[in-house]
Parts: sequence; C-alpha cells; structure tokens
Amino acid sequence: MADGATRLFIPRDMAALALGADGVVAAVERETAKRGLALDIVRTGSRGLLWVEPMVEVETPHGRIAYGPVSARDVADLLDADMLNGGAHSLRLGRPEDIPFLAKQQRLTFARCGVIDPFSLEDYRAHGGMAGLERAAAMDAAAIIDEVKASGLRGRGGAGFPTWIKWDTVRKADADRKYIVCNADEGDSGTFADRLLTEGDPFTLIEGMTIAGLATGASKGFIYSRSEYPQAFEALQRALAVARRRGVLGASAAGSGKPFEIEARLGAGAYICGEETSLLESLEGKRALVRAKPPIPAIKGLFGKPTLVNNVLSFAAIPWIMANGGKAYADFGMGRSLGTLPVQLAGNVKRGGLIELAFGATLRAVVEEFGGGTLSGRPVRAVQVGGPLGAYFPERMLDIPLDYEAFAAAKGLLGHGGVVVFDDSVDLAKQARFAFEFCAVESCGKCTPCRIGATRGVETMDKVIAGVQTERNLNLVRDLCEIMTDGSLCAMGGLTPVPVMSAITHFPEDFSKGSRLSVAAE
Amino acid sequence: MSLIKELDYGTPIRLSEDEVTLTIDGVGVSVPAGTSVMAAAMSMGTKIPKLCATDMLEPFGSCRMCLVEIEGRRGTPASCTTPAENGMIVRTQSDKLARLRKGVMELYISDHPLDCLTCSANGDCELQDMAGVVGLRDVRYGKEVANHFETDSPLALPVDTSNPYFQYDPAKCIVCNRCVRACEEVQGTFALTIEGRGFDSRVSAAGVSFLDSDCVSCGACVQACPTATLMEKTVVEHGQPEHSTVTTCAYCGVGCSFKAEMQGDKVVRMVPYKGGQANEGHSCVKGRFAWGYATHKDRITKPMIRETITDPWREVSWEEAINRAASEFKRIQNDYGREAVGAITS
Amino acid sequence: MKLVRAGFGNNNVDTCARVCHSPTGYGLSKTFGTSAGTQDFKSVAKTDVIMIIGANPTDGHPVFASRMKKRLRAGAKLIVIDPRRIDMVKSPHVAASHHLALRPGTNVAVLNAMAHVIVTEGLIDESFVRERCDLVDFEMWARAIAEERNSPEAMEPYTGVAAQDLREAARLYATGGAAAIYYGLGVTEHSQGSTTVMAMANLAMATGNIGRDGVGVNPLRGQNNVQGSCDMGSFPHEFSGYRHVSDDSTRQMFESLWNRPLSNEQGLRIPNMIDEAIGGGFKGLYVQGEDIAQSDPDTQHITAGLRAMECVVIQDIFLNETAKYAHVFLPGSSFLEKDGTFTNAERRISRVRKVMEPLSGKSEWQATIDLSNALGYPMSYSHPSEIMDEIARLTPTFAGVSYEKIEQLGSVQWPCNDKAPTGTPIMHVDRFVRGLGKFMMTEYVPTEEKTGARFPLILTTGRILSQYNVGAQTRRTENSVWHDEDVLEIHPFDAENRGVKTGDLVALQSRTGEISLRAEVSERMQPGVVYTTFHHAKTGANVITTDFSDWATNCPEYKVTAVQVRRTNQYSDWQERNAREDIELRRIAPRFATAAE
Repeated sequence: MADGATRLFIPRDMAALALGADGVVAAVERETAKRGLALDIVRTGSRGLLWVEPMVEVETPHGRIAYGPVSARDVADLLDADMLNGGAHSLRLGRPEDIPFLAKQQRLTFARCGVIDPFSLEDYRAHGGMAGLERAAAMDAAAIIDEVKASGLRGRGGAGFPTWIKWDTVRKADADRKYIVCNADEGDSGTFADRLLTEGDPFTLIEGMTIAGLATGASKGFIYSRSEYPQAFEALQRALAVARRRGVLGASAAGSGKPFEIEARLGAGAYICGEETSLLESLEGKRALVRAKPPIPAIKGLFGKPTLVNNVLSFAAIPWIMANGGKAYADFGMGRSLGTLPVQLAGNVKRGGLIELAFGATLRAVVEEFGGGTLSGRPVRAVQVGGPLGAYFPERMLDIPLDYEAFAAAKGLLGHGGVVVFDDSVDLAKQARFAFEFCAVESCGKCTPCRIGATRGVETMDKVIAGVQTERNLNLVRDLCEIMTDGSLCAMGGLTPVPVMSAITHFPEDFSKGSRLSVAAE
Repeated sequence: MSLIKELDYGTPIRLSEDEVTLTIDGVGVSVPAGTSVMAAAMSMGTKIPKLCATDMLEPFGSCRMCLVEIEGRRGTPASCTTPAENGMIVRTQSDKLARLRKGVMELYISDHPLDCLTCSANGDCELQDMAGVVGLRDVRYGKEVANHFETDSPLALPVDTSNPYFQYDPAKCIVCNRCVRACEEVQGTFALTIEGRGFDSRVSAAGVSFLDSDCVSCGACVQACPTATLMEKTVVEHGQPEHSTVTTCAYCGVGCSFKAEMQGDKVVRMVPYKGGQANEGHSCVKGRFAWGYATHKDRITKPMIRETITDPWREVSWEEAINRAASEFKRIQNDYGREAVGAITS
Repeated sequence: MKLVRAGFGNNNVDTCARVCHSPTGYGLSKTFGTSAGTQDFKSVAKTDVIMIIGANPTDGHPVFASRMKKRLRAGAKLIVIDPRRIDMVKSPHVAASHHLALRPGTNVAVLNAMAHVIVTEGLIDESFVRERCDLVDFEMWARAIAEERNSPEAMEPYTGVAAQDLREAARLYATGGAAAIYYGLGVTEHSQGSTTVMAMANLAMATGNIGRDGVGVNPLRGQNNVQGSCDMGSFPHEFSGYRHVSDDSTRQMFESLWNRPLSNEQGLRIPNMIDEAIGGGFKGLYVQGEDIAQSDPDTQHITAGLRAMECVVIQDIFLNETAKYAHVFLPGSSFLEKDGTFTNAERRISRVRKVMEPLSGKSEWQATIDLSNALGYPMSYSHPSEIMDEIARLTPTFAGVSYEKIEQLGSVQWPCNDKAPTGTPIMHVDRFVRGLGKFMMTEYVPTEEKTGARFPLILTTGRILSQYNVGAQTRRTENSVWHDEDVLEIHPFDAENRGVKTGDLVALQSRTGEISLRAEVSERMQPGVVYTTFHHAKTGANVITTDFSDWATNCPEYKVTAVQVRRTNQYSDWQERNAREDIELRRIAPRFATAAE
C-alpha cells in the first residue's frame, strides 16, 4: 500500500463480478500504471444497488464518491475526468449515502456491506463491528437472550418465529453438546441478501453466531452455504480463518472464556436443504429428507443434540441489537414486526437491489419508489413476495404494509423478503403451473402430498391451461391445494398452494379457457 | 386354526414410569410418557389410518394418513410423530380429516397399478386396507399421467428377482421408507436407500441388484413392506397362508420365535414373531428363509439298516430298526461290558 | 440322558456342546456357580461398553448382532478382541473403539493383561468385590495378576496386541459404565478355553460388572438347544441342572423316580469314546442329530473310531457324513415336525410346535421311547409336556417350568421355581449362585500347537451368515447362492509370498492332514493367520484340525492349528477318497415297489 495513495473501492461481490468488476480492476491497474498513479484498490462487497454495478467508489476529502455502472472500457475516460478526485462524469452517482435508493433505507444489518474490506477486522471494528460481541462476552446467557427478546427479532428465514424463544429453548436444553447452525442455503428465486452479506460483511455473521453460542452454551457452529455461491463460501472461509487467528473464535471466543468454533459447509444445490430439518440431515451427511417435528431441532437437532438453526439475516441482526440494545432495534417497525427487513427487489423492475427497511413500509413504496416501476415500462400486473412459495399480489393490493401479520391475513407471506415484479405480459396460469413444477423438481419425496401431489398439480394445470374440462380440473387443483396445505410435512409442499391459490384468486381471468387460449397454444 | 395377526401399535412401545392422560374421540386414556398419539389411540382400540408407521420402527411421518386434530394446535399434526401429552384433546375423525385422507389416498392410487385381484399381496395389503378405510371411490387425476407401473412408462423399472427368497417390484412401491428404515433401525445393515427425489423417488439397494448389494437377506424389509413391493417368492408362487403356528427357530442359540405360516401342512413362509422375547420380531436369512431343507428330496424318511458299512442300506420297518439297534447294543454290552456303548446328542 | 443312564446303565452320554461351549459350563460354574450366561438379550440395550471376544455376531448370531448394533448406534462403546477384522469392527454407523487383533491362542494372555491394568491402575470396584466375592481368592488372584509378567507390555510379544491399545481398552471396560462381555467359540475352542472363561468372569467381578442390567458375561451359544441339552444333563458327569453323577442325594432321587440303579462313575466324553473305540473297548454308539464325522476335529481320527465300532445308530433327517459309518439309520424330524422346547443362550425356554406330521411317521421322542422299551427299560409318556413335568420334578432350577407356564408367558428363563416363579432374566443379582464369587487363577499357558518352519501359519475357523455349522440344512437351501464352497482367507502379505491370488486352489496342510480349497486374499486377516469355514463336507476343514483340546473339558482347539499353504492344482488324497466314499458308503438298496416302477 502506497502512503497517501488514493483508495478506490471496487466490489468483488458475485453480481459485480458477473457484470465485469474484475475487468474494471484490471483496467484501473493498467491505466494507473500507464499514468504513474499510486492507487490502493480495496475489494469490497456490494452495497446492493444492483442496477449500477459494478459501482466504483473513490475516497476523497469530501467522502466517498460513487461511479456506476462502470465497465472496463469506461476506466480511461473516468480517469481522464479526474475520477480519483471525484470529478464529474456521466457515470458519477455522487456520495453513495446521498443516492435516494440508499438514503431512504434504514440500514442496520447491512450498514457495513459494500463499505468495508470484508476481511479486515480493523475495518470491521472501525465501522462498529465487534461491539455487540464484546458486550455479550461480559453478560450471562440469560441476559443476552433478554436483549434479543427486547428487540422483537423474528426469524428472517421466512417463518417469522420469535428468535429469542428458540435461543432460550436451546439454552435450557440439558446436553453435553449443543450446536449453532446458520442456514445460508439461500434458494428462493429473486433473493440474494444472504449472499450479499456473507460476501460483503462476513464478520457480522460470525459475530452474530458467536453471540448465539455464548447465549445458548453451544461450542460449535456450522454455516450451511450452497455450491451456487462459490464466492460467498470462499469469503466465509477467509473470514473464518481471520476470526480464528484473531481469537474471535477458539478456546476463549472473543475473550469470553468460553469455546466457540465455526465450520462452513457446502450444500449440493437442493432447495429443500433450506428447510431446517432437511438441512440438518444433509449436514449429518445423509440424504436431505425432511424430519418430522417434534422433536424440534432446539431439543434434538444436529446429531441428536440441541441445535439452534437460524437464517443468515437473523444472526446478522444480532450484533447491532447487542451493540445498540434490543429496545433501539424494536423502535423500528410496526405491530409485532419489529426492526428492519432486508427486502430484495428483482424481476421486471428498473432498479433492483437490496432495500433494508423498517417494517411497515408498503409494498408499493418498494416497487415504485425504490424500484421505479417495471424495466419494460409496461404496467405492473403482479408482484410475488417471499420467494417461489409466496403469493402473487395484483397491483391493486400493493398498499399492503411489510408486516408478517398483514401478509398472513392476505394469504401471503414475507418469507425471506424476496420481491419479484411482473408486468402485464405475465400469464398467472403458467405461474401457477410453475409453482407446482418448482415443487415437483425440488420436493425431497418424503411425504405423499408433496411427492405425488406436485407432479399431479403440474399435469392438472396443463389440462386447465389447455382448456380440458377447465372447471372440473380447476376444482381438482383446489382440492389438491387443500391436501398439500394441510397434509404436507414441511413448508415446501405446504406453501406451494400459496402462489397457486393467489393466482387463481386474484387473477381468475387467466384460468378460463377462452381468454388465454392463444397463450396456451403458443 | 387361523392366521395369527399381531397388533400393530404404529410406533414402538415406550416404557416409562410416568403416565400421561389424554382424551381421544371423547374417551380418556392413560399411556406411558413418550407414547405417540397413534399408539395411545391403538391402546384403546382406535386404529388411526396409517401406511408408513409400524411399531417395529421409529415414527417417520411421511404418509400423512394418520393426521388428527388436536385442540389448541394449528393444522392437522401426524399422530405417529406427535407424543401424547397430559390434557391433550384429540379427534381422529372429522370431515376435514376424512377429506385429507381420501385426497392423500387418491394421490397414492394415481401412481399404483389397479391389479389387486392378481396381486400377491391380495388380502394382506395395507394400501388396499387403507383405500377401503377412507372410502376412496374415484381417482380424478386420469390416465396418461406420470407413473411407475405402466410398462411403457419412462419411470417403470423391472422387477428385481435376484434374491433367491424375495422379489422387489418397484411398480408397487409407495415410498413409505419402511424397508429402508427396517434395514437401518432393525437390522443395522444400511443396504437400502431411496434413489431419486420427489416423484422419481424409489427404493433401491444402493443402485445394484439386491443380490449384489450389501443386503444380508434378513427379511426385515420384506416384513416391513405394506404392499407387494417386497414379497416372499413363496407367497408369489403359492398365495397367502391361511393359518399359522408360533414356534422356535432350529438354527443358532438366539432361539428366535417365528410364525410358521401355512397352507394346510405346507409352510408358505416363516415370519418372525414380535412377541418372541429373544428376537422381538427380527430374523436372519437362515430362520426366515432357509427352511426349505425340511422337505428337501434328500430327507430320509424310512428307517434303514445294514450289516456292514459297505453294504447298501435296506429300508425296514420302525420296529425292525429299533429292535436291531437295541439287540446290538445289548449284545455289545454283553460281549464288551456295560461301558462299551454310549450316546451323543445335539 | 435318561435313555443312556437308565437304559444303557452307564453315563456315556455327551453332547455337541463338548465341541463348543463345554468350557463355558466349567468356567462359569467355578466362578459364579452356574453354567450359563448371566443376562437376557434385552440387557444389551442398557450396556455402555460392549466387549466381544472370539465371536462374530453378525454372521453367527445375526439377530442379536442387530440388537448390539442398535445399542452401538445409540452411543455405546465397543471393544473387539478377535484375530480377524470381523464386520462389527467397522460397519455402517458402528465402529469399535478398540480392535485387539490378537494372535490366535492368546486369549488368556490378553485378558490377564487387561486384568493387570485394572488391578495396578486402581480400577477395581472395591465395594463390589468386598461384598460379593471371596476375598481370600481375590487377594491371591490380584497379587498374581499384578505381577509384571502379566502386564500388557510383557504380554505384547505373545499376543501381538499393542500394549497401549490394550491399556486403553481395559480402562474403557473398567470405567466406561455398564460393561458386558459377549463371547463365542473363539474363547472356548482353545486349549485354555475354560481358563479364558474364568478370566472373563474375573474381569467382570473385579469391575462389578455382574448382577444387573447391561453387564454380565454371556456366551453366544451356537445352536438352538445347545443350552437346553446341557441343562438336561447331556454331559457324562452331570444330571440335569448341572448336578454331578457322584452326588448321592441327587442320584438317589433319580434312581427312585426312574426305578433303576444309576452309575456314579463319570462317563466317557466324545473324544474318549473315539479313543476307546480305536483301542477296541467301545463298540456301540447312538448319535442323535449330530454329525461328528464332519464337525469334530481331526476327521480321520473320528472316522477311524467309527469304523472300529460294531453298531453305530444314527438318528438324523439326512444321510450325513457320520451315517456313512453307521449300521442303523432312524429317520429324524425337522423342527417343523416336533413338539418340545428349545432353550437358547439366555436360558430362555421356548416352545417348538409341530406344524406338520413327522415325515417318518414317528416323532423323535416316540422313537427314543421305543428304543428304551426295546432295551428293556420301559418309558411311557403320552406327550412331550409330560417329559417337561418330569424334568421339573427332578431339577430344582426347572421346578416351576411347565408347558402351561410357557404358554402363558410366551417363554421362561430358568431358574424358574418358587423363588422365581416367572423365571430369571438376570442372574447373580443379590448374590452369586455359589454364594460368593470366586476369583480363579488364570495362568497363561501357550498352546502346544506351535508354528514352525513346516507349518508357519495359524489356521482359525468360523462360520458365515448364510450357512450354518455343518451345512446339512443350509446347503440344501438357496442360501448356497452366497456361499457355495468354503474358502481360505489369507492376508495379502502371506498370499504374495506364496504366489496365491484370490480364486486360486491352494493346499492347506497341518500335521494331521491336507485339503485343497480356493483362496480369498483378504485384509480382514492379520499376517500369519488364515481362516476358513467348515460348512461344506467336501472341503473337510476338520481333516486339518488337531486333537488338542481344553485342559478341563476336552473342548477341541479348533481355533488354533499350525498349517502351511501352497498353490496346488488338485484336490487332496483325503478329498478324493471322501468323494468316492460319499457314493460307496451311502448306497440305498432299491425298494421292491419302486424298483418295479
């Protein structure tokens, strides 16, 4: 690192890489060498403004200035425009924190993501990291859990179960060994928050899990990541190595006097492994079949021991809560949905990306204010929230607030916070068929409603779409949905009817033969 | 004499000092703590429909036939995986439950051949019994749907007859996992698995034929199978037995209890007896299957004598043979003394 | 036994247990006071440390092996003491904490070394020993065992077991919670078989692992009713219930009920009978359901003995190997044709029920009565249950046993009497049957069967899952799919030295004989040790085994034979001759009726 050299921040996040970030780095190195400029390039995560990736930031006396989307071809031009001093350019976005998409967010969990060097513990500390763990290390377990309770945090993986109850159950379980398992098998279509965080700020996850270890008496943690996320897995490995070397993990984790170690594992790409019990089977090296509950994992989980299974986002919320107090976290949000939700906006939308918002903001605000409407410019017709098992909402229902209870009342779910936008070219009958197909492909095959039902759903929807005995077959789909909802062993089969029934309920016109015959015939 | 049918509580009998009392369909019942709702119901004679549950195996919760309603609980939990608790109020029958069970059965039958009359399990098939119990009358998913049983279906697999004693017919498999679990939990060999995912799931001896696999032919999987998927070849050939007698295996010192299941004086199969305290319903390849020697053509059934060992044997009456033995022994004792004869028993 | 003792008027009765578990009877009765295993099978579910010695449960006792594996999967620890890497050492979700792969014939050395560790490291359960055992014997034993010559380090050159591994295994057995020993013929079929049984009993007493759930010393007995046969006085020296023939009060009770004077002289054991026959003093033998010409050691010696007899009577369902040397053949019944009881390895008496009429037209018990009557000693029973009633009258440990009770309870574990009306699952709970547990001295004495330049390898024998003992039954089923011949397992090192590959025909030679069989190169073996089974008569594995036997009980030393192995392209002389005799000595004259057909 050259003293006094200008610092340039270029993301190494998977989305940025896919959009040519490494090419930008190479171009910068080439061009600055040519010009004899001393530069210090810091590879960061992404701030989650995906439509302007690769977003390059330069450190100036007036703060960081962002440019984007930058391609390798733009580099010479940008340097000519004095980018290193924040010079004007058509790609200049200004101070990142002033970009409305970011300025209007409430970034607690993602405060550091895209800002810091993901593998620099100093950088992490300089931005508020480790404060939560250091505080927790001096507290007793019950007091930590009281703090989590005060925050009102609910499971961010999708189920929305009060986090502190799980923690307390594991804490009170009597066993020679307990485990912390982080579900990082982010498989919902249109979601990427877990990935952004593990690539951009892995210490937050490590800190959150370590606090959970102290609070529950577990001495070993596992992070179950996925093979589709090689970048995230590598980031985890690097960060874990740093954490071990620096004593954050080890025989006396963060100086607490208690041992805690974390191991990262890689799944093989089955959606069902996002289901917690199936994930545990997979971690044990078995076929990823869903387990019947009870017993719940908090009592009998990994290798039969009490196990706390939380999503990446749940663990990642913990350091802020421990550093700032549960009460401060609970000041965000509405009703029983407290704190912030990292929404992931994708699909047919102008500005996609990560939007961390206090609960209570409306879906319309997400789609219109942040997203800026559809990319195609056509009217929004449907928005699916909560991944492939979430409901399709029609445009008229977009004023629904981001709130677990409001979504449940509307027969939908917030899930992991994925929001996918469709314009008016979408055929909801085909989307309903897709829901069954997704379930058929991803079903573990254990319980009958999901194993056979999903395939029968695809076949019956094909008949509906083809206009074969439409009403009779649509009734059969409804009956099947009841059996899958009430009869399935886990949420995979149990929630598949959510997109199907929401499509049938809100978009009945797509399911009658006459109106969509032309589409079906395509 | 009739066929001995052993009660199946659906989940293993739990032993506990503590008792819990609950109400099932309005009737109070007390059971040892840890007992499933299913077994609690069975203990008072209420058979909750089931396919994947059997009391030789830990509950699995996959078939979804045993759903019940429990006051104060969301949804319809499976009675096999739900432990009975004090004060629980359980309903095993309701319109909703009837609808769900019939709907699940409709799904099962939509991927099952309708050849009951010519099926080897006819009369001893839990799938058939349950279809009857839930009153399934119509399968609405129609023909020409994905299935494992039509010979031209891309999912159809051939019958595996490689094992000398039993066969595996994937067309009839309902993926209840009972065989896989029996191989793991009861026998401890881990030879079987489910291959494929979702609708494609099917039992497999880890990708090879049963004979070439790690299978030790203990028969636990065959016994666990609720359909004709895993079936003794003797039953395939001769049909279902009509009476049975409990007896003890003649092989090793474990002394397993078996039901000799018979047609007349012909053994159709030997099935380990759950009530047998030495084996508690388990068996090995010898006791379970290797009893055919009893009627082997090499059996000698007539007494025989000869003067010297190089003479051919001569068939004689019992009386003559016994008299010969007795008179020879007496002669020897006379000629060589009392100690010149002896006996060896097994 | 009644036929012999009353009908023959002597005590020349013996049982196949002679060749398997006679040392169990001897060893356990000396130490605990009773000749049987201490636990029921269910007890294993409460065990924390399972120690398997010289047994191969997954092949020999598969149903019990499954119970063991279930417990091991639930977290119990496993110690295996066996020269071979048996399946239990490593199978799915089961792995032994310690596999002490000892040299065959050094069981006592290994167990003494374990005892040495327990005594010298202060792992004795003192309160148990003080309360339950004879302290004088204990002190003597402990002093001797603590001597340095019994240490794992001192024994290592003999046993081949690493001292450190043995020490850890001993600590695990002594301190790992409820520890149970299960053993098989790898313990008994040695020149020090009885000593080994006593050494195990010593270990159990020293660590307090006796008299409750989850512990004990348990033989895995080979045959359905071998326990029952022993219980019923099928040994030449004992009446039913293990009472010696010289015990006057017992004998008088039998004499008055049977109405015959009975001999107070111990009778002949199987090997004595054969030796006497060759010597000319023993001329008549009645063999019931046993095939000594295949199963007993040193086949050529056995057949010589049989040939020297004037009347050999066989009762069996097949014309077995022994029947080749017989003069009278009485057709037996399979278990499907029998009413009676079998007593298993956990002393459990279960009913055998007739499901078809005897193919021979006569039940075996009826044939025995007829023979007795013809011998001039009338017996009259109308049903096997009456025989059980007589047993109950004559045998204190069976006093409470009746068909009715078995019917009621499903099965009964003896002792069953007034003190234990529903039987006894676990023995020696409050006190040993003999009162105080007796520590026996167990000096290690190497077997006289020594390897040398001529016979550098040790042969040990066993059985496999699909076949059973002499194979008379299983060979006549489709089980032969899995095992259609006996093969010789040999370590790659020994195989390579001899240019032997899997599938090669090899000659196996000992000082008693030679046979040929196919080789299977296997890392289950340790270098220097080879292994085969004895399921196939045509192989003749017992042509090789020797007449060395247990010092106390004459149980043959099947498990240690010095041998040489070489490649060959032909079967041995014995095998050729035996194949000819298989035909010559088994001819049956055509029946007139069938001949006319």
